[in-house]
Amino acid sequence: MIDLEVPRKFVPLVRQAAGLADQVFRPISRKYDLAEHEYPRELDLMSAVIDGLSDSGASQGAGARTTSGGSAEPAGVGAGSRAAKSKGGNVNGSNLSSVLSIMQTCRGDVGLTLSLPRQGLGNAAIAAIASDEQKARYGNKWAAMAITEPDTGSDSGAIRTTAVQDGDHYVLNGEKIFVTSGERAELVVVWATLDRSLGKRAIKSFVVRRDNPGLKLQRLEHKLGIRASDTAAFTLVDCRVPAEDLLGDPEIRIEGGFGGAMQTFDNTRPLVAAMAVGLARASLDLATELLGRAGVTAEPSAPAHTQPYAAARLLQLEADYEAAYLLTLRAAWMADNGRPNSMQASMAKAKAGRTCVEIALTCVHLCGATGYAETELLEKWARDAKILDIFEGTQQIQLLVVARRLLELSSAELK
Amino acid sequence: MSHLHSRPSLADRGQSLGMRLITRAGGLEAMKNPALRARVEKVLYRGARQGFRAQVAAGRMFSAKPGSGAPTRSKPATPRHEFDLTPTDDQQMIRDAARELAEEVLRPAAARADAERHLPDEVRRQAAQMGMALLGVPAELGGVAEESSAVTSVLVLEELARGDMGLAVAVMSSAAVANCLVDYGDSGQQATYLGAFTDEHDPARGALALLEPQPLFDPARPQTRARRDGEQLILDGTKSLVPGAAAADLFIVSALVDGEARLVMVPPATDGLTVSDDPAMGLRAAHTGAVHLQGVRVPAANLLGTAADHADAVARARLAWAAAAVGTSQAVLDQVTSYTKERKAFGEPIAHRQAVAFTIADIAIELDGLRLVVWRAAALLDRGLDATPQIAHARSLVERHCAQIGSDGVQLLGGHGFVKEFDNERWYRDLRGAGLMEGVLLV
Repeated sequence: MIDLEVPRKFVPLVRQAAGLADQVFRPISRKYDLAEHEYPRELDLMSAVIDGLSDSGASQGAGARTTSGGSAEPAGVGAGSRAAKSKGGNVNGSNLSSVLSIMQTCRGDVGLTLSLPRQGLGNAAIAAIASDEQKARYGNKWAAMAITEPDTGSDSGAIRTTAVQDGDHYVLNGEKIFVTSGERAELVVVWATLDRSLGKRAIKSFVVRRDNPGLKLQRLEHKLGIRASDTAAFTLVDCRVPAEDLLGDPEIRIEGGFGGAMQTFDNTRPLVAAMAVGLARASLDLATELLGRAGVTAEPSAPAHTQPYAAARLLQLEADYEAAYLLTLRAAWMADNGRPNSMQASMAKAKAGRTCVEIALTCVHLCGATGYAETELLEKWARDAKILDIFEGTQQIQLLVVARRLLELSSAELK
Repeated sequence: MSHLHSRPSLADRGQSLGMRLITRAGGLEAMKNPALRARVEKVLYRGARQGFRAQVAAGRMFSAKPGSGAPTRSKPATPRHEFDLTPTDDQQMIRDAARELAEEVLRPAAARADAERHLPDEVRRQAAQMGMALLGVPAELGGVAEESSAVTSVLVLEELARGDMGLAVAVMSSAAVANCLVDYGDSGQQATYLGAFTDEHDPARGALALLEPQPLFDPARPQTRARRDGEQLILDGTKSLVPGAAAADLFIVSALVDGEARLVMVPPATDGLTVSDDPAMGLRAAHTGAVHLQGVRVPAANLLGTAADHADAVARARLAWAAAAVGTSQAVLDQVTSYTKERKAFGEPIAHRQAVAFTIADIAIELDGLRLVVWRAAALLDRGLDATPQIAHARSLVERHCAQIGSDGVQLLGGHGFVKEFDNERWYRDLRGAGLMEGVLLV
């Protein structure tokens, strides 16, 4: 039965996440925007609440948790198919609850959401492809994700970091940049290739302990936005990793070898889309309030072209917001129900990414000096927004994924 | 019938959908069995048709009939409080039937119907036979609906407009009149008018005429006025782009009455009412006309519903147009997806170029976003909840993105899109209209 409202069973969890956003994140939002690289200690104080939220299954933070509801149930694609089926065979599971709670925490602050301990994108990768034994071993640790290299961004199949087997260890060498929470996390999931001549299928994920002496922190980036979140650059110099810390299948398969690593994106793209939706909501709420005080209120039932420009624009932005919001819920719902969702995840990410940038920038513009000045958070959200149309696959990469699926074209045909 | 918790009997199914729909949908081969068919037919007639015998009168004169007590309305749907994008089995069956009608009947007839501005009798007959106009009418009133059916309506409109928007409008505009009577009419109005619209063989034709010619038209403030004169209303004004105006049996127009926008039933034969031709850029198969009202007198009893009901009709019409825009946009997507893989330039299919492929990806993304907003709004309506924001959002998306989809649908074919060799130029014209029309369709 078609119904696109927040499921009743998730309402308390969404409310809790909203409380976190309003009571914890918002008051310190500007502080850590200005104090880049400073660790937000308030989050430690709130860790009990956050863990409570996570263990209830409501929040997957920035990544899918390796456990939900206290059981060792991965929150990955297909997790929902193992969840208890409701009467009609419809599942509302951890993917949906994750995007719903992230929308709330990111309405509070995206950078702080990314800084929530033990909620890293690396955790999502572990959830997606680790063996049960590995999941048990890493379950409670905070894991960052290291894919990008100085010369390799969107073409993650072309990474140069190498992994060479040496007895019961692999030896990793290379350079990784743009590692979110790289300084603070306990584990870093590193993508490296077993054999560069074999292309994508030789790429494997390795779990590297942050205190591994071969993993050297080079610097933290200074950024346009999400400054509360640390973004690290590492070098890996003869970094020895135990063989059991290779995630998933150690063999190089002709078919589907890269799929395991890429499958992570089916999980994480709806999460990033949810971040964008949350940020867009924050911008729209504040701009609506400020414009209301200035005497302009949008009237949804009246034709847009009979209303003041600012009101008409708000209506348009709300419309695109809602499309992004629902595309995101759909992608998560499909994952919960064990349906392949690569295309829908990319649709959600593409729409939410570009929409949140447009909304945040327009809200700054509509509010004039107040929007642009640091007295309000609108300008900060406009800076934070841009990364959401970039990381976990740029707008252009999402369009490629969507187009290839729609047109049934290979990456050789549609480059 | 509670199809959620118990397996419905064949008779249940027959009653809930209308047997014509079921047989047409091909969902039940068993219905071809004459004995079984007769049994279901009996159930259908006993349950649904009592009290509202079809009346077929020359010139379709509606003789006033007294209603008994409270009017019959659709029952709100019972929510399960779960996020779900799966239609019910009944909805899926009706949707499949609508798709079949769209593919086999509407699409093949579309180009000619557009050129001739005519709904072919055969198309009208087939649509009536499948009960497409009865989807919003409860079984007690001679229709096929078990409960509020906005979701069913948007699914059906989507499919029909995927076949052709102009024909979908021509076929479904009379259903809007029936729905208005169900949703807003008192029992007397239902008794007097509804029977003709639910007639199986020759259902009455009508139009919900809200739109007016002036730029910046706001349905909440129509220039059409109705003055009270004793027990009568005197109407003055003009309604634009009214489908099938020349052949209508009943108009429901909006007019300002005592300072509020209201719905008023006006028979076409009333003195002072004239119809002129009003062709437009698109929706040409719907043969749009303008309805001129000059000192038109109708009984005050012809007021239909309240001011809130008028606002409800405006909102439900906008949602219906958004659903139609989803369907036609899907037709564009289907066509450009296959065309760009076949059409070659510079030695390879043009789909291999990002400029082309990304345009198609954008069509799909905006289309799916709109579809979900439309579904959400419809599901809210069926639960009796406010869907004002979602309907406004759907309309905004239609205004901007569907016009763009229509444009891209021509652009991707280049000159071939501009000539009538393909359907794309018609979709371009129709999609521009979906975001500005008011009234006419109703979920």
